[in-house]
Amino acid sequence: MSKLNNLIDEFVEAALSPSEAIEKSKQITGKEIVGCFPVYTPEEIIYAAGFLPVGMWGGKTEIRYADKYLQSFCCSIMRSNIEYGIKGVYKSLKATIIPAFCDTLKCIIENWKVAIPDIPVIPVVYPQNRTDTFGYAYLVAEFTRFKSEMEKLSGKTISESELAAAFDIYENYRSLMRSFVEIVKDYPVTINARKRHLIIKSGYFMDKKHYSELMKELIDALKAMPKEKHSGPRVVGTGLIFEPIELTDIFVENQISLVEDDFAQESRQFRAVARTEGTAMDKMAYRVVDLRGCTFLYEEQKSKGDMLVEMVKRNKADAVFVSMMKFCDPEEFDYPIIKKKLDDAGIPILYIETEMHMDSYEQIRTRIQSFSEMLM
Amino acid sequence: METKKSSRQLLDEALAKHYEDALTAKAAGKLVAWATSICPQELLETMDIDVVYPENHAAAIGARKGALTFIEHAEGMGYSSDICSYARVNMGYAEIQEFAGGNIPMPDLIFCCSNICNTVIKWYENLAVTLNIPLIMFDMPFNHTYEVPEHSVKYMRAQIEYAIERLEAITGRKFDYERFAEVMKISNETCEWWKKATDLAVHTPSPLKGYDMFNYMAVIVCMRGKTACKEIFQTWYEEMKEKAANGEGPFKDGEESYRVMWDGIACWPHLSSTYKVLRKFGINMVTSTYPESWNIRYETNDLDGMARAYSSNYANRNLNYGIKNVTKLVEDFALEGIIYHSNRSCKLMDFRQYEVQRRVEEATGVPSVIFDGDQTDPRIFSQGQYETRIQALVEMMAEKKKSEVTYE
Ligand code: SF4
Ligand code: SF4
Repeated sequence: MSKLNNLIDEFVEAALSPSEAIEKSKQITGKEIVGCFPVYTPEEIIYAAGFLPVGMWGGKTEIRYADKYLQSFCCSIMRSNIEYGIKGVYKSLKATIIPAFCDTLKCIIENWKVAIPDIPVIPVVYPQNRTDTFGYAYLVAEFTRFKSEMEKLSGKTISESELAAAFDIYENYRSLMRSFVEIVKDYPVTINARKRHLIIKSGYFMDKKHYSELMKELIDALKAMPKEKHSGPRVVGTGLIFEPIELTDIFVENQISLVEDDFAQESRQFRAVARTEGTAMDKMAYRVVDLRGCTFLYEEQKSKGDMLVEMVKRNKADAVFVSMMKFCDPEEFDYPIIKKKLDDAGIPILYIETEMHMDSYEQIRTRIQSFSEMLM
Repeated sequence: METKKSSRQLLDEALAKHYEDALTAKAAGKLVAWATSICPQELLETMDIDVVYPENHAAAIGARKGALTFIEHAEGMGYSSDICSYARVNMGYAEIQEFAGGNIPMPDLIFCCSNICNTVIKWYENLAVTLNIPLIMFDMPFNHTYEVPEHSVKYMRAQIEYAIERLEAITGRKFDYERFAEVMKISNETCEWWKKATDLAVHTPSPLKGYDMFNYMAVIVCMRGKTACKEIFQTWYEEMKEKAANGEGPFKDGEESYRVMWDGIACWPHLSSTYKVLRKFGINMVTSTYPESWNIRYETNDLDGMARAYSSNYANRNLNYGIKNVTKLVEDFALEGIIYHSNRSCKLMDFRQYEVQRRVEEATGVPSVIFDGDQTDPRIFSQGQYETRIQALVEMMAEKKKSEVTYE
């Protein structure tokens, strides 16, 4: 048991102190780091180039310099990232990768070039028309361009086998994550909503190979334990990110467990299973083609609403929790559509608007508390 | 003797007819499409599909002070007050379907092009799902490089073919390539005349009254592929050419004291009050980024060129292009100031604005101000702040004028 707790603590600590975790990973691997913005970046290519990809999902910081580039109605995650960039928090990055999934990110790419000129930015533009051959072909071409950018950065070419090896490491990581989110449902006491989030998040600051080894240990240790009983509300989470961390504390206070998630930072990263045919590059592209229910990838028949209803049913969950990042247009556009689907299915919704830095949680606490009472 | 109609008459008639035709088509059971403002309309025009442009309709609703009803309705459906107000007006309209100032038929098909923003991808996706109708998505990747990359061109070119196939399947009719060539030709000529006309504002004083451009913009959005549209711009051009030759400026009752550019969309619900403040100081908005955004030119039948042209608008290109573009406008139009509309609706335009402002000022020395507003949500704009900012701009422009007077 104490071994399990130590393991959990290791993940939690890494997630709570990213700088230290990244520093440690650098020492273990001897690699230089490359920063990856939300939502998706071709991490396998970065990894194959010999770099350590790390996630850049914002944080709490007082905004002093970002206002020079961004109005106040820009999402707080991007305001934080630009602020950190200007303050020099990212100075050890060899490069920053920014995908153009929304209008804000397009502007962030452009602002980064001037605001943080000493860290090169390598943009990636994913196709929105993904399901036809031309979308796939474009994505492979874009990944190929990206690969040559990475080769320039590292000064050496990436061989087919290096890329294949990196892909395997990532696919192994993703498959472990799929097992983790499945199995963790049975252990809501040992791994509560807060720990669940932090364990998943910590993967952004470690070498995926090393992280996967720890994750495997964690899964095995959990499996060895009897399933746990839990009487609190069971919810399915959706949204960009389950933060700020205080929010997860309130979930724990109210004994709310997260039985499945659709967070962009969590399950959306790994729920699409890779195809088996093709080169590593093909498989990377197919994963984007095959991903459903993601806010940032166009679908003619938006499947997210039905997907959430399905998640609630299969988990016998009590409600859907919407973690809405304030000023995140794409997520905000999805909300009325999923709301209608959930309303029609009679599924209660807990809608919480969040920002990276919030002054007070009292109102949110009260709302979550009464929502939780209502469910019980 | 028949008197020749003025461009303004032609414009009003054409717009009225545009909306009437769409309503009639719908009533007759014909297929109607809703499309984004800078989409490759050539494809729809070739198929003889009646198209209405929700952005244009939302702007019209805003200008006729009707936006709030629809905005509030959309917000009631769960739409956040943070998202583009054109989308909120339109999503509200899609449910209410009645506006005393002018209706549009409901669509049977959605045609969306992402060259203006990613917001329309989400907005149109929602429309298609809510109305349960097909959507043709035309994706134009953001150009973080100065030029459009070749693999993007290939991707877009393939989407032209894909869109044609889908249009054929949806309408059950064959795509007529000869007609397509004709439409391409007309569209290019229309754009050429739009550019020629708006370029006449290089004259000092400018024969073009800037706020007129906002009005004429409606047809470059809605009717680019029709000869009637080209004729409007030709007539407008002739009229202004004559004014320029006579040295006539934009105002009947006063001088053009200052020449400025307006960056961003108009504040439709406050069109006249924003105009009056400019007029009071003799400020003429001589240009914006719009003349170039609809200067969509390519060789007939060059589909790669067509894809490239559609992907090259200001909003879809990088910061360096934006800065170079505005700097050139300052020079070509002898601008004395710039008004930046920090438009709460349009994050893509806003979040580069501060840097564009700094760099253009650095390059040209031309003063500028930013004010907070919104294209259709009347609640964001503050008349007081706007006036103060314009006043400040006038002071800076006057100061600069004074210092530039040379004594020989
Ligand atoms: S708007 Fe949303 S997707 Fe875009 S950068 Fe902000 S949080 Fe991310
Ligand atoms: S105003 Fe901006 S966000 Fe809205 S549709 Fe136009 S370009 Fe897109």
